Amino acid sequence: MIRLSTIERVFLVGDEEVHALRGVNLGINAGEYLSIMGPSGSGKSSLLNILGLLDRPNSGRYELDGRDVTGLGDDELARVRREKIGFVFQFFHLVPRLTAEQNIELPMVLAGIDPAERRQRLNKLLAEYGLEDRARHRPDQLSGGQCQRVAIARAMSMQPRIILADEPTGNLDRNTGQEVMALLEKLHADGGTLVVVTHDNELGSRAKRRIRIVDGQIVGDDSGT
Amino acid sequence: MRLADFIRFALLSLSAQRLRTSLTSLGIAVGIAAVILLTSIGEGLHQFVVDEFTQFGTNLISVAPGRTMTHGGSLGAINTSRPISIDDAIALRRAPYVQVTDPMIQGNADVEYNSRSRRITLYGVGHDFLQAMRLSVAVGEFLPPDDPRTARAFVVLGTKVAQELFGGENPLGARIRIGGERYRVIGIMAPKGQILGFDLDDTVFIPVGRALEMFNRDSLMEIHVTYDPTAPLAEVVAGIKHVLTARHGREDFTVTPQQEMLAVFGTVLNAITFAVGTIGAISLLVGGVGILTILTIAVSERTGEIGLLRAIGATRRRILLLFLGEAALLAAIGGMAGLTLGWSIAALIKLFLPALPVHTPWSFAIAAELSAIAVGLIAGVMPARRAAMLDPLEALRSE
Ligand SMILES: Nc1ncnc2c1ncn2[C@@H]1O[C@H](COP(=O)(O)OP(=O)(O)OP(=O)(O)O)[C@@H](O)[C@H]1O
Ligand SMILES: [Mg+2]
Repeated sequence: MIRLSTIERVFLVGDEEVHALRGVNLGINAGEYLSIMGPSGSGKSSLLNILGLLDRPNSGRYELDGRDVTGLGDDELARVRREKIGFVFQFFHLVPRLTAEQNIELPMVLAGIDPAERRQRLNKLLAEYGLEDRARHRPDQLSGGQCQRVAIARAMSMQPRIILADEPTGNLDRNTGQEVMALLEKLHADGGTLVVVTHDNELGSRAKRRIRIVDGQIVGDDSGT
Repeated sequence: MRLADFIRFALLSLSAQRLRTSLTSLGIAVGIAAVILLTSIGEGLHQFVVDEFTQFGTNLISVAPGRTMTHGGSLGAINTSRPISIDDAIALRRAPYVQVTDPMIQGNADVEYNSRSRRITLYGVGHDFLQAMRLSVAVGEFLPPDDPRTARAFVVLGTKVAQELFGGENPLGARIRIGGERYRVIGIMAPKGQILGFDLDDTVFIPVGRALEMFNRDSLMEIHVTYDPTAPLAEVVAGIKHVLTARHGREDFTVTPQQEMLAVFGTVLNAITFAVGTIGAISLLVGGVGILTILTIAVSERTGEIGLLRAIGATRRRILLLFLGEAALLAAIGGMAGLTLGWSIAALIKLFLPALPVHTPWSFAIAAELSAIAVGLIAGVMPARRAAMLDPLEALRSE
């Protein structure tokens, strides 16, 4: 489903070039569960951002569902993100003035889905993530774990086939982190493709396929158990 | 994105910052209120003047002695204009399109009945005065169509004079003294009230020839001429000038059509309204700068949110529209508040100063609201473009 070939990502800091990704090749099949691990600054986020079409490689080729998306325009990229990809961030990125359910609803609102259909999906998501009695609370009235659950529900509201999570538990304590991971893994169990960036070896090792990245290069791709 | 959701999103953003929203829209509100209020007064004044003038009909022309130059003062030293006489008024009846002509002089005189005496404004006029000025008589008759040079000593009273001299008594047929001479009352005018500062009820009307003698004057103050309303005004004026110039040997008189006076008033009032509109436009501009500032701040505060919206599939255009929508809504709220404020003050003025005419046409209100929204949109363009141009990844990382 996903095929990256010889991806390079170079940042210019001052007049110095920082190679965040060097010749990355990676194929991901539909329904896979990957973790990406590596030391800080190794390029994990850079890779995830390119997978999520939030960023473009300087060179290389990215095929998504058999289509070359490397050269797509801004609007087209936005459409692909909307339809195929759900993001979960370390810092949740909830809109502070919106309630939990308004935050969850946001991608559907932007996509112009009609209110009746929205309501239906919303009720299902609220029930699924145990947020029914928090639906009308704003993010500052929610715990970190609840915030991340809202963020996951939001990522799922457009029923994407790929979920990308960048250190989703980075801001949570161990127990809450486990719960959140369990929720994400449930998405995978339901047939979604899940890619999780994490620092936590224990969490990372739960994935069926474990990618190790050092200094912008993939140094390990372990599918064993 | 659906329109209803779009508006709701903008409203939620604005209501999350209530104080900021109200202060910013206040700028617009003050501008709109000022414009609405001042143009309302201007428009009311305009209507008032038009109403006052058109009471006499608009096919009225006034001919007065002396030449007023349109550019620069009078003729000064050689201002030896000939008087305008009753004969001139009679001669003008022959001018093309003319319906009636009526000679007039105005002055003050003592009016006595029994032992009661009053000093009032007196009009010396002819039989056609009534028709020329579209007035009417309540009881009795107006002055008869005598030859104005040898008219009988009749008088028609304004309602106030009749009331004050006669009380409940019937004045018809009574004899009163005016300027020492005896006149017989033959009619009482219908009440008319003040017109352009003259109280037409507190006056009496006598034949113009007698009034000239009483005041010892040889010139009329003016001749009122009415003409066929379908006639071309320029030709009517030319005809009048032709007749009088032939009689006087030169153009030593001034012809002023009512319509021209109306037009002059209209121009002056429009100029005032325009000036007021400009002041309002400046305050709107200041309000617009307020919106621009606040929105620019909002864009930098909400950079992370913009990044998120882009990540979950909003296009640049959508971000642009969202911020433009907020700007327009902010201005629209301000505009509404301004309209309400302006209207309330106008209503208060009506309550406490009934003499000051205030009139707000709907079209003004709508135009004001639309200009507020336009100001909002223009002010919103820069910050909204900034928001739309943000790189999604950098915006996300900004938090
Ligand atoms: N926008 C940017 N501008 C300049 N340099 C960048 C930018 N984004 C990333 N980098 C650099 O690219 C390299 C990889 O960064 P990346 O964020 O992908 O690392 P990471 O593996 O996610 O690290 P961490 O575990 O700390 O999140 C780093 O050296 C970083 O400094
Ligand atoms: Mg990272």
